[in-house]
Amino acid sequence: MFHALADATRRDIVAVVLAQEQSVSELAVRYPMSFAAVQKHVAVLERAGLVVKHRRGREQRVRGVPGALRDVHGLLDQLESLWRARINRIDMILDEGASP
Amino acid sequence: MTVTDVVKDPANRRMTITAEFGAPVERVWQIWADPRQLERWWGPPTYPATVVDHDLSAGGAVNYFMTSPEGDKYAGWWRVSAVAPPRRLEFEDGFADADGRPNPNMPVTVVAVTLDDRDGGGTRMEITSTFATVEAMDQLLAMGMDEGMKAAMGQIDALLA
Repeated sequence: MFHALADATRRDIVAVVLAQEQSVSELAVRYPMSFAAVQKHVAVLERAGLVVKHRRGREQRVRGVPGALRDVHGLLDQLESLWRARINRIDMILDEGASP
Repeated sequence: MTVTDVVKDPANRRMTITAEFGAPVERVWQIWADPRQLERWWGPPTYPATVVDHDLSAGGAVNYFMTSPEGDKYAGWWRVSAVAPPRRLEFEDGFADADGRPNPNMPVTVVAVTLDDRDGGGTRMEITSTFATVEAMDQLLAMGMDEGMKAAMGQIDALLA
């Protein structure tokens, strides 16, 4: 998933299609790159489970998967809990020394 | 309230936490520099840490293991990349196999510690923890719910909270 999000264009695509479904052509207009290049970015995001694609007529529509990013945030949340717990324990050790 | 600030930066796979202590910088440095003190806070009380090697010089190694209530051991290692006692420590933090050898299939985080004098006395400690690579993050995501991993990460605290 982080590979998918390592690219600024892909991060932007995720943000855009989470806000509102877009066709690949609509997305291609937003970025200074070819339709094929945008299509490749979308394919990477699709494989990472960050967006889903479906067809409507001749259009390929792309929309974001809400919650797919939660895991990434979840990992940073876990790091936060880990360090909060450690800091609490450090506090207790330092307090021992402070008492007479 | 000891923790004064937390900043999460998902795009850079980074979490920064800032805490303040009443003790002076030299005293807070000891919780890193003294392996017996480090053992008391690195792992949760239910998974006590045992520090086997402890060399905080640049290029030095810290090797440790944590013991679960069932007696299972989870080993870990640090490689010190930069150190300036008593204010700065930077190291890689990874997992090891049962024999203590670094396990390349487990994620590495880069930890940077800065200790500063706080206005009005005491110490401000800033810790930045960064998942070293995109792959490290993917590895963690892939095994996010693994019980051993949680234990090794000290997540048991979060479960008990």
